[in-house]
Amino acid sequence: MKELWEGNQAIAEAALRAGLEAYFGYPITPQTELLEYLSRKMPELGRAFVQAESEIGTINMVYGAASGGARAMTSSSSPGISLMQEGISYIVGSEVPAVIVDMMRGGPGLGNIAPGQADYFQLTKGGGHGDYHPIVLAPWSVQEAVDLTIGAFDLAEKYRHVVILAADGNIGQMMEPVEMPAPRKIEKRDRGWELTGAINREHRLISSIYLQPEVLHKHNEKIQAKQRAIEQNQVRYHEFLMDDAEYAVIAFGTSARVAHTAITWARAKGIRVGLHRPISLYPFPYARVAEISKRVRAILVVEMNAGQMLEDVRLGVAERVPVSFYGVMGGRVPFPDEVLPEIEKLVNSVH
Amino acid sequence: MQHEIIISGFGGQGALFAGQLIAYGALAEDRHVTWIPSYGPEMRGGTAHCTVIISDQEIGSPLVRRPTAALVMNPPSFERYEPAIQPGGILVANANLIATVSARADIRAFAIKANEIATEFGSPQLANMVLTGALVTATGMLKLETLDYVLNERISARHRDKLALNKQCLRRGAALV
Repeated sequence: MKELWEGNQAIAEAALRAGLEAYFGYPITPQTELLEYLSRKMPELGRAFVQAESEIGTINMVYGAASGGARAMTSSSSPGISLMQEGISYIVGSEVPAVIVDMMRGGPGLGNIAPGQADYFQLTKGGGHGDYHPIVLAPWSVQEAVDLTIGAFDLAEKYRHVVILAADGNIGQMMEPVEMPAPRKIEKRDRGWELTGAINREHRLISSIYLQPEVLHKHNEKIQAKQRAIEQNQVRYHEFLMDDAEYAVIAFGTSARVAHTAITWARAKGIRVGLHRPISLYPFPYARVAEISKRVRAILVVEMNAGQMLEDVRLGVAERVPVSFYGVMGGRVPFPDEVLPEIEKLVNSVH
Repeated sequence: MQHEIIISGFGGQGALFAGQLIAYGALAEDRHVTWIPSYGPEMRGGTAHCTVIISDQEIGSPLVRRPTAALVMNPPSFERYEPAIQPGGILVANANLIATVSARADIRAFAIKANEIATEFGSPQLANMVLTGALVTATGMLKLETLDYVLNERISARHRDKLALNKQCLRRGAALV
């Protein structure tokens, strides 16, 4: 049965149903309702909830809980995610699974609390030090936020890697109908690496320290092999009216919702335009974007930033067709009537 | 047909709740729906608004610049949204607080003394229900009975004694358009 859920609370409920055992958070708009929801529900279910002293605290608590084998999560918004970067790098280096929710807002700096997409570089390109990319999933609706949250825990555990749900303030605050999946049972598990007390077995070590360069090189090769496997197997995207499209708009999250409306309007004017929407921002659908660039005349990228995913689109397009960009910043959300003229300009530019 | 509604008023006038009531109604009628509040560093006594979209198809942008209908409860909301309504659209205004009358010939405008009516019912805070009844009926976006059902389901224990009054206020508003 479908129910109306606010994005933040829906993600929290989805995490509960995925078997979240430990949540650590620190309030920040526009994701505080997520923390607030779990502050009530987690103790009721006998699970761990801690409001930490800062985001540096929350990410290191996630590191600790995940090292102990618990399904662990933290959530925040852009400035808080920046604070977490050192801990994220340690978690990746130590190969423990963790899920992070980023309800992006306007930046840089303290910025504002309105919706943004300017964390794209930070989230997809590593963010912290060292060679790694977290898996980054970008929902465009509350239902998809729920589905991706559940999937995030599976991916984190499959690859012993960090998975980040990259939403924005709009998705956090919006209410939409949601079909919640059935709750999963939490099972006691020993996957051979978690620290559960070395009783009647050899001790285990979770660490990101490898002092010998050759040894750290080997460790990095292992992480890189994992990244290649993720790139091979975890690319996700969604398309709308792409079958006969002569032009493509590429956008993710809330920008894609706005583009969807603009594309409907453009179609009504006879413009054959479609939407390609990356759901996995890392791994980015380079191969699919390359295919699209071989059969459309031009591509428009729409983002709520100064052009970040744009760089990945350009890598995929490899200058086969012109790529134009429309971006809004500072927490502004574009209206479809701003995107439609950009589509029309795109058409005129190649005629 | 896609209904794109903005509901706006002072914080405390029940603009966000009215929007949620409509959103729950749309869900009960198995339609696509989005409800999104204005969120930001809002001032006490400042204006709060929400956008509700109801459609038979998948909804793209959850925000609209030009709504098909607006429900405005205070003068700043009137000034902001009355000019924004699409031609052929609908305006429902709380005439007890908004002295200005819409001069637009290309919309249907209803000025309703919602505070006065709600006070007659003995519950001035139900002005939003009077206006919601008018909005829902004037736009035809939902059945009034659906809102009865939603109220039955969702009214809080604290306000359950006002369930019948809520429904009466909806109907009184509906009768005025």
